[in-house]
Amino acid sequence: MTKEQNTLPDLSNEEIHRYSRHLLIPDVGLEGQKKLKAASVLVVGTGGLGSPVLLYLAAAGVGRIGIVDYDTVDFTNLQRQVIHGESRLGDLKTDSARDRMLDINPEIQVDVYNDSLTSENAFEIAGPYDLIVDGTDNFPTRYLINDLSVLTGKPNVYGSIFRFDGQASVFNADGGPCYRCIFPEPPPPGLVPSCAEGGVLGVLPGTIGSIQATEALKLILGIGENLSGKLLLYDALDASFEFVNLEKNPDCKVCSDHPEVTELIDYEAFCGMPAHDHEEGTAGEKWDITASQLEEKLKNEEDIRLIDVREPHEQEISNIEGSELIPMGEVASRMSELDTADEIVLYCKSGTRSTRALEILASAGFRKVKNLKGGINAWARDVEEDMPIY
Amino acid sequence: MPTLKIPTPLRPYADGKSKIKVQGQNVDEVLQKMIQEHPDLRKHLYADSGELRPFVNLFLNEDNIRQLQGVETKLDEEDTLKIIPSIAGGQAAI
Repeated sequence: MTKEQNTLPDLSNEEIHRYSRHLLIPDVGLEGQKKLKAASVLVVGTGGLGSPVLLYLAAAGVGRIGIVDYDTVDFTNLQRQVIHGESRLGDLKTDSARDRMLDINPEIQVDVYNDSLTSENAFEIAGPYDLIVDGTDNFPTRYLINDLSVLTGKPNVYGSIFRFDGQASVFNADGGPCYRCIFPEPPPPGLVPSCAEGGVLGVLPGTIGSIQATEALKLILGIGENLSGKLLLYDALDASFEFVNLEKNPDCKVCSDHPEVTELIDYEAFCGMPAHDHEEGTAGEKWDITASQLEEKLKNEEDIRLIDVREPHEQEISNIEGSELIPMGEVASRMSELDTADEIVLYCKSGTRSTRALEILASAGFRKVKNLKGGINAWARDVEEDMPIY
Repeated sequence: MPTLKIPTPLRPYADGKSKIKVQGQNVDEVLQKMIQEHPDLRKHLYADSGELRPFVNLFLNEDNIRQLQGVETKLDEEDTLKIIPSIAGGQAAI
């Protein structure tokens, strides 16, 4: 018997009963199940990806699971974040997730970190865990997790989604590449659509998160061939799974033998974007108009051109009467349709895109242009109460 | 003719297409031809200097062109050139 086998924890009769379908697989067996019991995994994010990861790791009997999230359960989460339910709306996501996990499997230990993962707290939070699962939805935290994984030597089980596209890989394992080897730097913020523009098919994180959970279990069990050195590309529309080969970048800034990044940095500055979506898009006091102020102006029949910078399919959901549609991507090329002498109010879903549109117009000399703070959702909340919020 | 696969975040700039057939002997020719047909893709792939943006990942079949001959990599008729985007939940870009 190896030393490792000697130190693995025993399973109770109840645990043997619970995990019987695992114990029947020769590659897992009693020893594998003990390895799972002895293992610890940190899952960052309890959203679309985190939900299946946490549910399956808990059910599989991973002995200690840490969960990091700062957010609360929102109504729009329920379309894909299946660990949460309507009864937990407004509750901390970490609490909601922990309760569901312990309901599935009270034998495990769940550690809750009700906080954002930051450069300041990351080492302390990750300290007790064997591997990290990246279930985040933004670039700054993704780079933070990657660098944390390299600097601590813990594998990073990666998953990412957008609309119908999914990606999964295992970084920093078995001498393989890290995330920065493939994506050395983030895209500039101007080329990144916001969450409001993105959208995701609800089941897609279920598919990718389940693959992440599988990879995490394989890493713990030491079985099979993991996704290190490969990137899985899933296209839900084409029903296609493709793989590309990933190689270590000999000049990688964090994992090469001459790294430039030797400690955690300011990732929001590195990416030029915040790690968290701010629901209420604001262009600053000088450029903002509130929903009530706009209502007042429209009531007084002031001459205002209302420009909706959302996409046509969003206009079908809700629409302020009298507005014209110029999708964000066309604002620069269709600027000639607007007059600098006009009073213009721009709006989108929540104010983020319209702020970007305002920046484009302001830099082209428009001065009488305003941003509807909080977008049409704020209008629906404060003015037209029968309008849906999305 | 080689096939070029366009990821979801870039499809709005390519008339919604997920793949296009483009004539070209090497990666650079195929990209230039694609941009001629879909000029809005340019700013997503190239910096103002005319260089490919550093976060643009191009794979010839399963291999990164960085590990081959870069944009000079030759293409055969049956080859597929994939643009791999960096995606992060609602955030996405090539």
